[in-house]
Amino acid sequence: MSAIDKTTVGIRPQRTARPAGKARPWQERLLGIASPVALLVLWEIAARTSLIDTRFFPAPSSIFDAMLKMLHSGELERNTWATMHRLIFGFVAGGVPGLALGILMGVYRPIRIAVEPLIAATYPIPKSAILPLILLIFGLGESSKIVMVAIGAFYPIAMNTTAGVREISGIYFDVGKNFGAGRWNTFRTIALPGALPFIMTGAKLGAGLSLILIAIAEMMGAKRGLGYMIWSSWETFDVEQMYAGLFVIALIGFLITIAFDELERRVIPWKGTK
Amino acid sequence: MSNASHLAAIGLAASSGPAPTKIRVKGLTKKHGALTVLDGINVEIPDGTFCCVVGPSGCGKTTLLRILAGLDEPTGGSAEIVRSSDLPLNSVVFQGDSVFPWMTVFENASYGLRMRGTPVSHIKEVVGHFLDCTGLTRFASHYPHQLSGGMRQRVSIARAFANDAEVLLMDEPFSALDEQNKTILQEELLRIWEQHRKTVLFITHSVDEAVTMGDLIILMSAQPGRIKTMIDVPLERPRNVLELRHNHEYGEIVYRIWGHLREEVAHPGLRGTRRS
Repeated sequence: MSAIDKTTVGIRPQRTARPAGKARPWQERLLGIASPVALLVLWEIAARTSLIDTRFFPAPSSIFDAMLKMLHSGELERNTWATMHRLIFGFVAGGVPGLALGILMGVYRPIRIAVEPLIAATYPIPKSAILPLILLIFGLGESSKIVMVAIGAFYPIAMNTTAGVREISGIYFDVGKNFGAGRWNTFRTIALPGALPFIMTGAKLGAGLSLILIAIAEMMGAKRGLGYMIWSSWETFDVEQMYAGLFVIALIGFLITIAFDELERRVIPWKGTK
Repeated sequence: MSNASHLAAIGLAASSGPAPTKIRVKGLTKKHGALTVLDGINVEIPDGTFCCVVGPSGCGKTTLLRILAGLDEPTGGSAEIVRSSDLPLNSVVFQGDSVFPWMTVFENASYGLRMRGTPVSHIKEVVGHFLDCTGLTRFASHYPHQLSGGMRQRVSIARAFANDAEVLLMDEPFSALDEQNKTILQEELLRIWEQHRKTVLFITHSVDEAVTMGDLIILMSAQPGRIKTMIDVPLERPRNVLELRHNHEYGEIVYRIWGHLREEVAHPGLRGTRRS
């Protein structure tokens, strides 16, 4: 056993204690699946034995029933699609300008100096607090929802892209200049790919923030969407439906994370697996 | 300063009349605030010369290269590469890791040609040739993180040669490599250079490397950066890096340069441009 292994003994005793590394994957995967299942079983038992108040914590089986019913009626699909539609359009509408501004701010110092205070001043405003203003400007229709998502995507992507470009070693810009890369090629071949790891982080943060904002935005004056579904189930005290909405939102968030991880592997093949 | 006799010497060695001046530096001065990095550099380098610049760290040799490459502006004087074609004036092999991590070996090596919009068929031919010369053909679609430091520096060299510039500027290209890799890459570089014999300005802090590679050595002194002396290296080409080390003349030139360097350390006040 090497010296390195010895130094990690104190930090991760369970790793060095395991005889062979082979046993880990399926055991750990099982543990990862078992814990949520165990929680659901406990929840079901507690609900059926009235240990918990089923008005607030309906049994998982009844939530599942409600979901099936909504799937049959097409209600769940319609609302989920409405939310996804707004998420996708809003993410592009906010992400693309965020990316462009981020690169410009990273490359050109005067632009950064001019824009940075604006971002620093507007970023800390809770985005949910802007919703009434957005509703005032863009009305109750689709555009106000898409704008909310766009705001959520814009800030993290712009800020991370700027940081990403500034992190690129100056030697790469020297190479670009020396080998005759013009302005556009400098963006395309150096600033953008060099900042990509940061941009992906910004996109993940932006997607998370977008999901939060769309749920809030859909609770105000929307006729469709998961946020609307959750809100209307509060009004009708349909708690099962409320949980179904929460479950689908959680699922969307989970799938977004998986999708971005996969995307990251594909667009940053040069990062390697160190 | 007697550049004329230098030109004559090189010209005689090539036995085809004096070569025209390719790099012309006149009264070049560079200041960073109160610090004088380069102080009145004057030098003319004939076309086709492999010119090595040797000096202690802080003598401004990298600054001289960056000004010639157009990456830094001089405070005074001028440094120019005399244009003789439509090709780019210079390509730099940078010190340390400068290959783009997000491009494959082929994309890196073809960078200069792609930026100029060269036809794809020509790019494939030229880049293919230099990847072949540097032993990188097998790794054309690899990313730099999959290569060793020596291989990455080969990519940087292939990129500079493939760009087909009039002058090659190399900034301590082998300083980060171990001894074996350094020797192998010196040989490869000399072999590739023999094909076209374009003018090279090669920065190094190693006296051995300068004598091994160069026709002409510019010895610099530090603070402020000045040319201390210039030394001709009349060793025959093509050169074999390992055989050179047993060459009597090689040893003498190295010894002579060390004499100048010793003087520099012992009497740092005695400065000026003299011929050896």
